[in-house]
Amino acid sequence: MSKQSIPVRKFDAVIVGAGGSGLRAAIQLSEGGLKTAVLSKVFPTRSHTVAAQGGVSASLGNSEEDHWHWHMYDTVKGSDWLGDQDAIEYMCRKAPEVVVELEHFGMPFDRTDEGKIYQRPFGGHMSNFGEKPVRRACAAADRTGHAMLHALYQRNVRANTQFFVEWMALDLIRDESGQVLGVIALEMETGEVVAFHAKATIFATGGAGRIYYSSTNAFINTGDGLGMAARAGIPLEDMEFWQFHPTGVAGAGVLITEGVRGEGGILRNSDNERFMERYAPNAKDLASRDVVSRAMVTEINEGRGCGPNKDFVLLDITHLDPATIMKRLPGIREISIQFAGIDPIQAPIPVVPTCHYQMGGIPTNFKGQVVSADGAPVKGFYAAGEVACASVHGANRLGTNSLLDLLVFGKSSGDSVIEDVASGDVTHRDLPADFAEFTLARLNRLNTQTGGSNVNETRLDLQRTMQKHCGVFRFKDMLAEGVDKIVEIEKAVARTEIKDKSQVWNTARVEALELDNLIEVAKATLVSAEARKESRGAHVRDDAPDTPENPNGRDDVNWHKHTLWQREGSSLSYKPVTMTPLTVETIALKTRSY
Amino acid sequence: MEGRERINRLRWRCTRRAMLEMDLLLGEFLDRIYPTLGPAQADAFVVLADMEDLELWPLINGSSECADSVQAEVVALLRNVRVK
Repeated sequence: MSKQSIPVRKFDAVIVGAGGSGLRAAIQLSEGGLKTAVLSKVFPTRSHTVAAQGGVSASLGNSEEDHWHWHMYDTVKGSDWLGDQDAIEYMCRKAPEVVVELEHFGMPFDRTDEGKIYQRPFGGHMSNFGEKPVRRACAAADRTGHAMLHALYQRNVRANTQFFVEWMALDLIRDESGQVLGVIALEMETGEVVAFHAKATIFATGGAGRIYYSSTNAFINTGDGLGMAARAGIPLEDMEFWQFHPTGVAGAGVLITEGVRGEGGILRNSDNERFMERYAPNAKDLASRDVVSRAMVTEINEGRGCGPNKDFVLLDITHLDPATIMKRLPGIREISIQFAGIDPIQAPIPVVPTCHYQMGGIPTNFKGQVVSADGAPVKGFYAAGEVACASVHGANRLGTNSLLDLLVFGKSSGDSVIEDVASGDVTHRDLPADFAEFTLARLNRLNTQTGGSNVNETRLDLQRTMQKHCGVFRFKDMLAEGVDKIVEIEKAVARTEIKDKSQVWNTARVEALELDNLIEVAKATLVSAEARKESRGAHVRDDAPDTPENPNGRDDVNWHKHTLWQREGSSLSYKPVTMTPLTVETIALKTRSY
Repeated sequence: MEGRERINRLRWRCTRRAMLEMDLLLGEFLDRIYPTLGPAQADAFVVLADMEDLELWPLINGSSECADSVQAEVVALLRNVRVK
């Protein structure tokens, strides 16, 4: 098939994804004079960054003394020492700069009486290397992500960034040398498939939380960037690490905040037992997230779950005064009624541990350049935000570092592109003659498949498998079975059939293409998790318990390393954690305890 | 734009939103309630679906009110949607 088979548009740079990191990168490129295209499945201000409410961390020291080095310590500790210390130093040092820049872009941060950016406390934010809490989180009420997206979008409008809205990127274009030359994308409104030929390609596609049945992630988070990267031979790093929240509404995934347990909410099993008394006799229902999540999963696995499938537990506030519920938890009551069909004044809310954030992703360095297994940059390819693994979150993300990540690495990836284009390191190389062949074959297979599998059923099968076999608390045999099951589901994904064959606004086709991406992420997650025989951060295994030799089940001798999963043969390799920061001394390994 | 295309575009804009809550609610509404609406209410729903999540959510959870009367009717229906 010749390259004339699909239209080609030429840009200096193409960015896939218009959430926080994509928009931040686009500002660098457009203001730097590069002709930039930003592709997005949705209008930019509808990106999932909106859902980030907590804030963005920076050691501004506006409320009390703070220092980027303390922020760095908290981040390394939060990561359970799996984060790369060069990238973490870079991010924490850059934080004040990118937050102040955002303020200058028009971000309406909450302010102190003196007019400075107001900062509030947040879990895990400490001063003086873990000594006492510090106020480091900058926020715009509970709409920080929303306000951030608007500020970044407006700045892009000013900079004349060209947006391609309701376009879905399908595949990376690479040449024989491995250099990335752009992407092939589908315009939903016309069904047209177009190549975006670029000197530089930045992936900012967000996470893939929809691989789980119970997920707080919006439907848009289907791991498109991860799927495209994996199909193009780029490894995925540390995909076994996913952050879970203990209380999502069973079935829907909508978050029930910790505040409900703070107000006296009690978790109960099918025997109506307040089971947290057995797992955490002192803290009970207010124990830390991981302890509560593990207890819930143990109850379900041991047959004390509720409902016809015994697959959730109950969050009970029926003993609270209805007036208290109406006054203190009105939003939660509304959510429970709408998403669980239950008024919590009268009956308990069904809840399960729910997937929230992806720590792993496309391996990058702190400059936002995608790196291959040997650490060398993949020419022409960059990534930032949740799709990328710099790695600053390691095995567990510190609260408010997600918005910081996308600002810092959105900017640094943009700067790297400008530098690499200016130096002539990346240019418009010729597209290979068969560059569209793979993608067109995928589309043709989907259009002509008969007697195939149903997209919705296959997606559900995938999500339920991930939830059951690779959830918040992991078991050796379940993981092994999960790997076998996901291999079977992959076969169904390869045979998906759509009834609607039309070109214009064919959402069935788009959903099938999203499933092609979900399966890559699911495989990477299960295979990586099955192989990692320790507990670390968010990856907790029943067969790697807390012992004197391996506190919290962490085995630094054998497992202090990053996982790299390759789609080809679903194979694994490992690379060392970068323990040498840019300018300061290594934060040495020690037991993580709060 | 023919019916299938119009409804598919609307479906995309209802189920690929910033917040999971809105994906669930609007998707459910589109499947169950939208087909029963008259033309004026259907148009009002399209306008509501084009709003950003943090504009629409306060209308649905009752923390702010709708100025337009037809939109208010549709919001009342949205408020009663149960995702289960």
